[in-house]
Amino acid sequence: MSLLELENVTLKFGGVTAVNNLSMSVEEGEVFALVGPNGAGKSTVFNMISRFYRPFRGSIRFDGKDLLKQKPNQVSSQGIARTFQNIELFERATVLQNLLVGRHRHRKTMLLEEMLFIGRARAQERENRLAVEEVIDFLDLQAYRDQHIAGLPYGVRKVVELARALATKPRLLLLDEPASGLSVEETQDMRWWIEDIRRQMGITVLMVEHDMGLVGKVCDRVLALADGAELAQGTPAQVQAHPAVIEAYLGTSAISKTANAQGERV
Amino acid sequence: MRFHFKTHYDQDIRLFPDWWNFSLYAALLVVLIVLPMVIDSFYLGEVTNVLIWAVAGLGLMLLTGQTGQVSLGHSAFMALGCYTCVNLMETGMPFLLAFVLAGIITGVIGAVIAIPALKLHGVYLTIATLALAILADDIIVILDHWTGGVNGYFAPEIWIFGIEVNRWINPAAWYYLALGTALVVTLLYRNLLRSPLGRAFAAVRDSEISAQAMGVDVARTKTIAFGLSCAFAGLGGALMGLFAGAFNNETFNFLIAIQLLMMIIIGGLGFIHGAFLGAIVIAFLPQLLSISTDFLGSSSIPGLETGVFGMILIAFILFEPMGLYGRWLKIRTWLELFPFARRDMFRRQKTYLKTERLR
Repeated sequence: MSLLELENVTLKFGGVTAVNNLSMSVEEGEVFALVGPNGAGKSTVFNMISRFYRPFRGSIRFDGKDLLKQKPNQVSSQGIARTFQNIELFERATVLQNLLVGRHRHRKTMLLEEMLFIGRARAQERENRLAVEEVIDFLDLQAYRDQHIAGLPYGVRKVVELARALATKPRLLLLDEPASGLSVEETQDMRWWIEDIRRQMGITVLMVEHDMGLVGKVCDRVLALADGAELAQGTPAQVQAHPAVIEAYLGTSAISKTANAQGERV
Repeated sequence: MRFHFKTHYDQDIRLFPDWWNFSLYAALLVVLIVLPMVIDSFYLGEVTNVLIWAVAGLGLMLLTGQTGQVSLGHSAFMALGCYTCVNLMETGMPFLLAFVLAGIITGVIGAVIAIPALKLHGVYLTIATLALAILADDIIVILDHWTGGVNGYFAPEIWIFGIEVNRWINPAAWYYLALGTALVVTLLYRNLLRSPLGRAFAAVRDSEISAQAMGVDVARTKTIAFGLSCAFAGLGGALMGLFAGAFNNETFNFLIAIQLLMMIIIGGLGFIHGAFLGAIVIAFLPQLLSISTDFLGSSSIPGLETGVFGMILIAFILFEPMGLYGRWLKIRTWLELFPFARRDMFRRQKTYLKTERLR
């Protein structure tokens, strides 16, 4: 059984079919990438998994359970965490507070306990802090711990968002363009982190990414989308060489040219 | 400048980060406790008034400063708290019990009202709550069996453990009642801020969409915030009505709610200190104005108070959106770093694009 399964999922906005009859499955422990031109429906797929959008048709199952029966705020307690394409951090809070919000799904205390700060409340805070510190150590965020998000540079915010997602202790991590807007070095760091997330933490990663260099290095499988439908699926090299993918990105004439180029090489 | 060498997580969980900070607040508490022996009863009454405004202000601060939901209807909940408290006292219930119960009942009713109201976002919520405040005036008149209608109520005698709390006979008791309430509310507020719910409030304020992705139930969190906010406002309202001695439908008209909102903006949105600083401004401004108009030899000028208040608010929004407490933080940083503070230290980068379309 796959960890995440989408079956014949369709979503329309008015007359626009954002995702059309898409089926895919992500296996436990792999790094899976969604690629495709702008408007292909990659982020829409993420937003359906996060339950911000409800598909018209089809089913989404996580670990065998029907994800569509969960409310948007219950998705994280299933073990799914995500980052956003346009960073969505809590701007007026510190890095530490942001990461602690990531621990919200592990909250055990009731309102009254928290207001009086008795019993479990204090122990829970220590526990949360310990879990968050592990993530801070992992992503080298020590220097930013007490800084407010509003004053941080873009690259650091990206890492903080990744950290906040990791703080929830997920089984599946959805990364929406983890490398967009990052410098070459930062992209390199992101690559190592994604590999470590998979290897050390055993977290399955599903990501949307345009940087094919990064996708080629970290991903086991790639699904190419265009106009909401599947174009090709396979290893990064297979997908990159697929004629339909080249057509979607570069146009029809490009295919004959690549074919010619390959012919010449032969 | 003090450096914290942290060796334990508790150093970030404790109420006070270090001994210096603790002793400052302890000293402040001592000053507040001996205050009735130092100043005369007129000024003691004014300080009591400050504390009462601060309690109500903390209520609105929780909703507006912490959770980001602006309400102009809190005068209605202050009225509700006041009339509930008085009606419970009429049944023979001891004051303290009636007072706490009034807060709880106001909170529950507030939370119930919040369930439909909080489906509205931003300015629409503000308008809806303003309607509530205006409606409250009529409701008080209609329910004259419990509220005394336009004729109003005279505050009943307050007895706490055999001591009569009367503004004229013993103002110190009234002062200690207000001080105690303010302390308890502040402590509850502070505890919330260091626990998951308080962080969920901030999460809802800054980005509902990612709060949801982190497992925060946005609707529920907002409802709880509104309920708690109303409970504190209800306590503040009960104190305000009882302290005034007599109250009717005019006492809690919607101008009170507007004043309350202006107060927390001037004090500094999102800071506990902001509620207190704002309360000091709102309680002492009328005195200051009347003293200065006397000094200038003119009689009272109608509308002067509201005019000056409005101008102060505009000035704060333009020049210091973080309010008085925000200004103090900047001054303190400047002093701590002296002479190394830079001019542009507090200039913030532009915030990045927000995904509001997912709402």
